[in-house]
Amino acid sequence: MNALSERKYVIMGVIILVGLIYIARLFYIQVVDDSYKLDARNQAFRYTTEFPVRGYIYDRNNKLLVFNEAAYDLMVLPKEIKHLDTADFCNLLGITKDVFIKKMIKAVQAPNSPRKQSIFEKQLSPKDYASLQERLYRFPGFYVQSRTLRKYPQKIAAHMLGYIGEADKALTERDAYYNEGDYIGISGVEKTYEKVLRGKKGLHIMMVDVNNREKGSYMNGLYDTMATPGKPLTSTIDADLQLYGEMLMQNKIGSVVAIEPQTGEILALITSPSYDPNLLVGRERTKNFGKLFVDTIRVPLFNRATMASYPPGSTFKLVGALIGQQEGVLTPATRYPCAGGYPPLGGHPKCHHHSSPLDLYDAIGHSCNSYFSYVFKSILENKKYNDTYKAYDAWREIALSFNIGRKTGSDLANELRGNIPSIKYYDKIFGKGSWHASTVISLGIGQNELLITPLQNANIVTIIANKGWYYTPHIIKAIGGDKNDSALARFKIKQFTKITDTAIYNNVIQGMNDAVQSGTAAALKINGVDFCAKTGTAENPHGKDHSVFVAFAPKNNPKIAIAVLIENAGFGATWAGPIASLMMEKYLNGKVIRPDMEKRMKEGNLIDNVKTVPVKKKKR
Amino acid sequence: MRQKNTASIFHNIDWITVLIYLVLVTVGWMNIYAAVYNEEHYIITDTTQKYGKQLIWIVTSLLLAFIILIIDENFYTAFAYLIFGVFLLANIAVPFLGREVKGSRSWFRFGDFGIQPAEFMKFAANIALAKFLSNQNIKIADYKNTFITLMIIGVPLIIIKVLQDETGLAIVFAAFIFTLYREGLSVNYLLLGFLAVVLFILALLINNLYLFIFIIALCAAAVLFVKRSRKNLFVIAAVGLIACSMVKGTSTVYEHMEPHQKVRIDVLLGRGTVDLKKEGYNVNQAKIAIGSGGFWGKGYLQGTQTKYDFVPEQDTDFIFCTVGEEWGFVGSAFVIILEISLILRVIFMSERQRSPFSRIYGYGVASVLFFHLTVNIGMTIGLAPVIGIPLPFFSYGGSSLWSFTILLFIFIKLDSHRLQILR
Repeated sequence: MNALSERKYVIMGVIILVGLIYIARLFYIQVVDDSYKLDARNQAFRYTTEFPVRGYIYDRNNKLLVFNEAAYDLMVLPKEIKHLDTADFCNLLGITKDVFIKKMIKAVQAPNSPRKQSIFEKQLSPKDYASLQERLYRFPGFYVQSRTLRKYPQKIAAHMLGYIGEADKALTERDAYYNEGDYIGISGVEKTYEKVLRGKKGLHIMMVDVNNREKGSYMNGLYDTMATPGKPLTSTIDADLQLYGEMLMQNKIGSVVAIEPQTGEILALITSPSYDPNLLVGRERTKNFGKLFVDTIRVPLFNRATMASYPPGSTFKLVGALIGQQEGVLTPATRYPCAGGYPPLGGHPKCHHHSSPLDLYDAIGHSCNSYFSYVFKSILENKKYNDTYKAYDAWREIALSFNIGRKTGSDLANELRGNIPSIKYYDKIFGKGSWHASTVISLGIGQNELLITPLQNANIVTIIANKGWYYTPHIIKAIGGDKNDSALARFKIKQFTKITDTAIYNNVIQGMNDAVQSGTAAALKINGVDFCAKTGTAENPHGKDHSVFVAFAPKNNPKIAIAVLIENAGFGATWAGPIASLMMEKYLNGKVIRPDMEKRMKEGNLIDNVKTVPVKKKKR
Repeated sequence: MRQKNTASIFHNIDWITVLIYLVLVTVGWMNIYAAVYNEEHYIITDTTQKYGKQLIWIVTSLLLAFIILIIDENFYTAFAYLIFGVFLLANIAVPFLGREVKGSRSWFRFGDFGIQPAEFMKFAANIALAKFLSNQNIKIADYKNTFITLMIIGVPLIIIKVLQDETGLAIVFAAFIFTLYREGLSVNYLLLGFLAVVLFILALLINNLYLFIFIIALCAAAVLFVKRSRKNLFVIAAVGLIACSMVKGTSTVYEHMEPHQKVRIDVLLGRGTVDLKKEGYNVNQAKIAIGSGGFWGKGYLQGTQTKYDFVPEQDTDFIFCTVGEEWGFVGSAFVIILEISLILRVIFMSERQRSPFSRIYGYGVASVLFFHLTVNIGMTIGLAPVIGIPLPFFSYGGSSLWSFTILLFIFIKLDSHRLQILR
């Protein structure tokens, strides 16, 4: 028996071995291999997203510009559908069986899947939702998710506010915050301030049993997160001024930008033609977007105020006058002749009829092309440099300090840089050393390759009004009621140009005031407001001249700086001037007492003057 | 020699074993509560729920244990064959007398409660086996004796398998091979059994032709390296032949299996494509539940996979999933160590017996427990085929708890009198 009793060790060995193997196996599947944990979560958890309320947007006087309205998406999780009475269901939704089948196929095919919830019917109205909600319990696999839709009480400022779209796959891969179908700001303030407006999504983890019945919140909601509502934004826009300006600009193509000089706050940002922002919301969005998108003549989706750059024309003479004085080649007393044009080049650029010769004030007041060609020539042939190109570089550097030829740094989504041609550029065109002042003389009168956006033009006027400085123009002044939000800090830094001598600005301001008192803008006087202005008539390769007008008011302690551009409308004083004048009157006096002018502007239809698309349209 | 002490039935009782038993039963009960947890019936003693019923089973089991400790230890040796005969009859009768429940013909029903006589066959067969093998004149190598031994194990196996169609309950009887090994069964039989299992698995996984070639090559190598006595050559040839016929036989056996059994084997071996929604569902869900427990587990009553019915049979055969999910690696390892400790303790106790009957009976207890443990936990972690047998002292069920209690406590009783028996 003794020999046999040794066998107990074999038996015990086998038992212990099995125990060890099992413990090792358990260690592997429980501790080492994570895949089972993932499987368990996928099976037993249902993650539901709580969408935060998107922040409202107010104007500078706390008038509501954008708010939200509840909408309900009908979601489907095909795997969960059981005993579906299709006919009953279609009836309830008011769809045909074919539509139902089409939607179901979409819900189960990639990128969707039977195991993934997807949107079955988008944005049900609260009324449809109410009737659906009562009966939804009969249709397992279907449920509703509440979303918010943007609403615009006034149909204004569409371009500035921008619109919202749905996150696509590419975006969800770039930014993990978004899931496909989430709303995201695509343009305007909605885009720039997306992170502030959107808030933070909440996540709720529900446990489900094998039959997909909800079994309550996981760990009593320990890992759930509440949605954080988006912060409201206070815009710098004056809704009344914006509305008035849009009314005046109807049936015209162009834009108006008004800035409060002391703060850089944009008071109005108008692009015409515009559209009702409510069109790009809700179930009709895709259809409406398509319509607006294919309108290649009026291009209503195109934000001209920041995305279109034009030759500034005569309004740029102001910059020429400033630089001339700064470079010491021009004083208010400097006089140049005009012979219906610039004499040294045989009367080119041409000029209109006025007395000759003129001093600086009169030259600004009458917008003399010859005078500013002389000024530009004197800047480039400055003895200080004794080198045209060095002089040109100095001119360009000063010009750039007026925040042109580059993005202004505003909080408006999608800005163009505009263009102040470089030496390199002209070298390429004309050959190195073979171009000089007379080759590019029209730069002096704001033509040639100069390109400036309406926003930049308004900022130039702001600088003149402020006599040498500006705050980066911006559209939002407070986030969540906080004016000192760090996102806005960059708009509180005073920016200076390379010309700081206020006397230089005073001379130009005097000339602009002359333009209103007795010059090109004499017909645009505002009752009780002494203001300064400069007309412009910008030649362009797209037909009739653009009508340009810049101004600020009042002359002392300016409250508003404005730049108006109307495409193919001819003289600056004819269309752009009156609109700027009316808007300033509206803003400063609260009411307009020139009903005739107002009526003429409102009813003026210049849209037919436009023959071709004036500017390259950027995709979306 | 100590005086026979009748003052207390608890005299000389192995308290370690009793303690492990009590811990296992309690932990098992707690896990049954967690597995079928129902917020509407959160009171653990609610007898409309399985955990309430299990409490009844536990209390009655303790009563049974108490009765067993009272009964004279000589009762079992005296009536061994009678007990065996009675339960054998009960097992034969149950398919005809019992009520069919869910297609199973292995239950006697009494209202809400059911009794499965096959569970009790284990201790009955163990008593009979111990009685037979402990006979002084018996030598296991004797063909006649081998035959009787095989009958004691084989008849219940066949009855339960054929008449009741309870594969799990039947296959347990194979566990007695450990007892037989301890009592002198030639190691060759064990090796042959081991070889059969290995070849069965290989034959299903590898092209049989390669396997034949491999076996022949192995035999040829053996011939080259072993002393070429006539006996050795005969053994090698015999083993090779048996191996080849086993491989050949595998496909025959496999083809004659029932579809669900084939599938269980396929799932275990990862043969072909396993549909995790159908045949692979149980094992996959069991692994998910256990695997998701992590190191520390999700916490008591916090398991989602078991509580929300992803795991089937989570209170009976798959109760270990609840342990794995809610108590994690720590809890799972603890349960395994506890069960293994109990088995090793029983073996230790068996070896200290002076009476062969007690020793053989003890080994039978250890064998049955070990088999249950290996298969039950093995199937939840994908190391054994799915065979529906409970985890001892742990799974929900009156019959199994009663039967394991009787099985164990008879041995505790025998052990408590080990010193009074003269060799």
